[in-house]
Amino acid sequence: MCYSVRFLVPLILLALLATPGVGLAQRAYSNIGRTPSQEEIQSLGVIVDPLGKNLPPGKGTAKEGAELYAKQCAVCHGKTGEGGVADRLVMGSPGNPHQGMYTDQDRHPIGFWAYATTVWDYINRAMPANRGGSLKPDEVYALTAYLLYMNGIIQDTDVMDAQSLPKVQMPNRDNFVPAKPVWPPNPKRPSWF
Amino acid sequence: MNSKQSGRRRFLKSAALAGLAAVGAEQSVSAQQSGTNASAPGAQPGTHEHGQPARLAAPAGRAMTKTITHTTYYTPLADSVGIITPASLHFMQSHSRLPDIDPEKYSFIIHGLVERPLAFTMEDLKRLPSVSKIAFLECLGNTGPRRHVKGEGRNATPVTVQFTHGIMSCNEWGGVALSVLFKEVGLKKEASWVVAEGGDGSKYSYCVPMTKALDDCMVAYMQNGEPLRQEQGFPARLFVPGFGANHSVKWLRRLLITDEPYLTWDQSVHHAAARVDLGNKSRWFNFVWPPKSVITRPSAGLKLNAPGYYEITGLAWSGWGKVRKVEVSVDGGKSWKEAKLQDPILSMAHTRFSFDWTWDGEETVIMSRCTDDQGEVQPMLAELNRNWGRSEKDRLEPISNTHYWNAIQPWKIAKDGSITDVLFG
Repeated sequence: MCYSVRFLVPLILLALLATPGVGLAQRAYSNIGRTPSQEEIQSLGVIVDPLGKNLPPGKGTAKEGAELYAKQCAVCHGKTGEGGVADRLVMGSPGNPHQGMYTDQDRHPIGFWAYATTVWDYINRAMPANRGGSLKPDEVYALTAYLLYMNGIIQDTDVMDAQSLPKVQMPNRDNFVPAKPVWPPNPKRPSWF
Repeated sequence: MNSKQSGRRRFLKSAALAGLAAVGAEQSVSAQQSGTNASAPGAQPGTHEHGQPARLAAPAGRAMTKTITHTTYYTPLADSVGIITPASLHFMQSHSRLPDIDPEKYSFIIHGLVERPLAFTMEDLKRLPSVSKIAFLECLGNTGPRRHVKGEGRNATPVTVQFTHGIMSCNEWGGVALSVLFKEVGLKKEASWVVAEGGDGSKYSYCVPMTKALDDCMVAYMQNGEPLRQEQGFPARLFVPGFGANHSVKWLRRLLITDEPYLTWDQSVHHAAARVDLGNKSRWFNFVWPPKSVITRPSAGLKLNAPGYYEITGLAWSGWGKVRKVEVSVDGGKSWKEAKLQDPILSMAHTRFSFDWTWDGEETVIMSRCTDDQGEVQPMLAELNRNWGRSEKDRLEPISNTHYWNAIQPWKIAKDGSITDVLFG
């Protein structure tokens, strides 16, 4: 019962905001801010959506990724994706994905991740450390393929591209709660949930 | 050598200042050099554009831990009075190098599901109507079990309130409301999430639900009345009150408006963690800090010199709203009495509480418990463990979630007056 007020207010807000007109309102300060060119927006780079609808062209395989990994990633993440100074990326092995839970300490290996598109997105924007954005799309596809392969999720011959990557079945996909992120929280849940 | 140094310093100061001010600087230098006592003449006022702490105040500084992925500064809470953290003592946690952004060249872009994408410079932001809010900011890993054991680059350091609770601060943030900015770009009907991207090396990214964004979030460029510190996202950051600090993306690069949450690594991998009560599934997209409090003084690492009067004081807060009451126990949780709440009591901000106490010299455990204005009560560790299905084994090798940790914090006072952290017994 103590949750009722908390959730009622956001719900009312939500209802108000859902009413048409918010998007159609005229600008109040039309002389402030500048319209960026399409090129300028594109130069920010892509943030990949969960279903990979905005993945750029390009492709790569685990074999190509292995070479890149050895050169660009192994120094921090370890030769085989574990035992390095940075996050462990591999649990399980080719053909044998990790079985069972991922503990709080083991939540970084690729097998834990809910979406393969997140692998591409993170490598593309954040890696290598402090040189994020320096890899080409083909390289990012190849590294993604290599890490998926090492975690036993795809075959070494699988080609990763804008079509195939979003279709990769991530083994831990259904182990996140809530299944879809929600706001405001479900009023039936206790607050500590 | 000494006189040479003194002469050189005098020259440098004189060169930088003019007229009377230079004379003041000279006096200050000579007082320092000769080791004069407290009655020595000091500096004339007006010699510093940005002031320094008093020469002899020796204010507590931040502590730091460093791993390859996390550099953390901890706020020295034990010395705090009131609710505002000096900007220089605000906590910081960063996963990559801090960008050094020229505010003259800076702009951020709002694009995605909008009628018209717009880029805003610092000048634009400052011309738009401003808002300010006093609010806490707390890393969602603050106070977790790892903070109660030695480790993470601080093996020799005892556990203090600075380490258990210091990844948290409270400032007055100033900037432009997202509701104002979003009216300018014109949200499309489907717009329901905001993906914020930072300009740091990892392009730190987090999603915020649109209803929250329009309700009370801002692009902040001021902190306690001055521009953001570099480590706080200079020149502009997102500020999301009440949510885990990770939502308040620093060095804001863009806001991408979408119709679904994006599964960024920071939010969907790094901050998703298994929970035994959920059948070992991982809780993710958890947003709000539940009610929490801690006694900042007396606290672990400090010492009571003798039996007698002590003020028990601390901080309470809730990401859901205001603090309704704080209770204090001085007998290990057997009995609780209501503490006095000091004004101001603000929504999603620290609230200072105090409690008069006379220590009889016997061993005891003191703790505080927060109830927020939704009626939610801060849990004891046993209750938190029960809720999340945690076991004792989880302490040293965390198996399940440690984020949004809000267990009641007990401090044990020994007969000799020394104080230790006894959350885990």
